[in-house]
Parts: sequence; C-alpha cells; structure tokens
Amino acid sequence: MTLYHYLILSAILFVIGMYGLLTRRNAVGVLMSIELMFNAANINFVAFSKFITPNEFIGQIFSIFVITIAAAEAAVGLAIVLLIYRNYKGIEVDNINFMKW
Amino acid sequence: MFDLAFYILAVLILGSALMVVTLRNIFHCALFLVLCMFSIAGIYILLEAEFIAAVQVLIYVGAVTILMIFAVMLTHQLTGKTIRQVNDQPIAALFIISSLLVLTLLALSKTTWEVASSSGVSPSATELGRALMTVYVLPFEVVSVVLLVALVGAIVISRGD
Repeated sequence: MTLYHYLILSAILFVIGMYGLLTRRNAVGVLMSIELMFNAANINFVAFSKFITPNEFIGQIFSIFVITIAAAEAAVGLAIVLLIYRNYKGIEVDNINFMKW
Repeated sequence: MFDLAFYILAVLILGSALMVVTLRNIFHCALFLVLCMFSIAGIYILLEAEFIAAVQVLIYVGAVTILMIFAVMLTHQLTGKTIRQVNDQPIAALFIISSLLVLTLLALSKTTWEVASSSGVSPSATELGRALMTVYVLPFEVVSVVLLVALVGAIVISRGD
C-alpha cells in the first residue's frame, strides 16, 4: 500500500461528503456529510504522518485536534438544529432563510 | 494480506458513505454513518495509528453518531413521512464534485512525495501523550477551552426559555 492509495481513498470520500453537503435538504443530513469530510481530512493527516514523517507523528497529533473540533461542531450544530426545529417546525435548509434580508 | 484488508475497508467506507448521502430515510443514514466510521478506524489500524483508531471508535461511533440519532429522533416523526430529502441541485452538485475530484487527482499525480523510511517502530500512546504534554501543550490547552465553550454554548442554545 502506497501513500497514493490512501490519498485517492480520502479524495473520493471527501467529494462524496461534499455531494451530500450540496444536495441534502435535511440539516441533520448536512451535518452528517460534514462529518464525512472531516474524516477524509483525518485519513490524509494520518497517512502523511505514516509515510512522510514516520518518526515524529505530527499528523496523528493534528488529527486528534481535528476530532476534538469535529465533536464540538457536532454538539453546537445539533443544538442549533433543535432550536430551529422548535421555533420553525422544520429543518429543511432551503426553507430556513430568516437571516436573509 | 494488508492489500486485501485495505480494499475491503475502502469498499466498505465508500459504499456506506454513498448510502449516507443518498438514502431517503435519515435514520438509516445515521446507521450507515456508524459503519463508515468503524471502517475508517480499521484504516487507521492499517496505518499503525492505534490510538487514533480507538479515539475514532470512542468519539465518532460512540458519541457523534449517537448525537445524530438523538437529533433525528427529536426532530422527525419516524412514521409516515414522505418529505423530499434532496434539493433540486443534484446535477450542479455532480458537476462540482466531479471537477473537484479530477483536479485533486491531477494534482496528486503531478506531485512527488518524499516518502521517508520508517524506523519500524510505530508511535505508541505513551509517546503521543508525552508530545501532547510537552511540545504541543499550548494547542492542547486551547482546544480544551474551545471544547468547553462549545459544550456550554450547546447547552445554553438548546435549553430554550
């Protein structure tokens, strides 16, 4: 297994997540697609850490930070989704335009 | 052996990721997200990052997707829904992602990476923890404050009046 295999895998995973991000109407589905994109970036980090700097493992440390930020993002995002559902009885993102003027 | 494991995991990851972005029932999407995260943990084990694999299982499989399932259950009536899940931009989205994928693969094929030879020892959790507590202690503390602020913010936002 070379570095290219992992990079191609993570590129395909990233564009799948981006497809979901662009086409989903449900806000929870959008958040799931964002998680897929985070994971694609993480695979890149760990693969670079294994193949480019195998003795310093900088990429592994950075992927821990990415996972932490992703957890924080999921918590805040789902809280906002719940609040919008409570106030507007729906979480379809193309109906939510109350910040537009 | 490793090649076979890689290809099986890659097929699992990409197949379940496709299910996550295309299925109509959002609850099934959350379950396929669990499968996808689990297979990515397998990829981390192939990359000799055992600690990251454990963190992946604990945080993504254990916490984030459960949070997603809770959000799905709190925001949807699970029975008898015929809501359209996809907006009317799939053609444009397909165009954007295919051009992005082609550009990424072109850039990949034109780049030569300086692949270093490994010393044979994979970094253990002990070394990771030591690095986090010495060299990377400032980003570690900053990210812990960020996490605390996000959790307090989530509670304040979702508590309501």
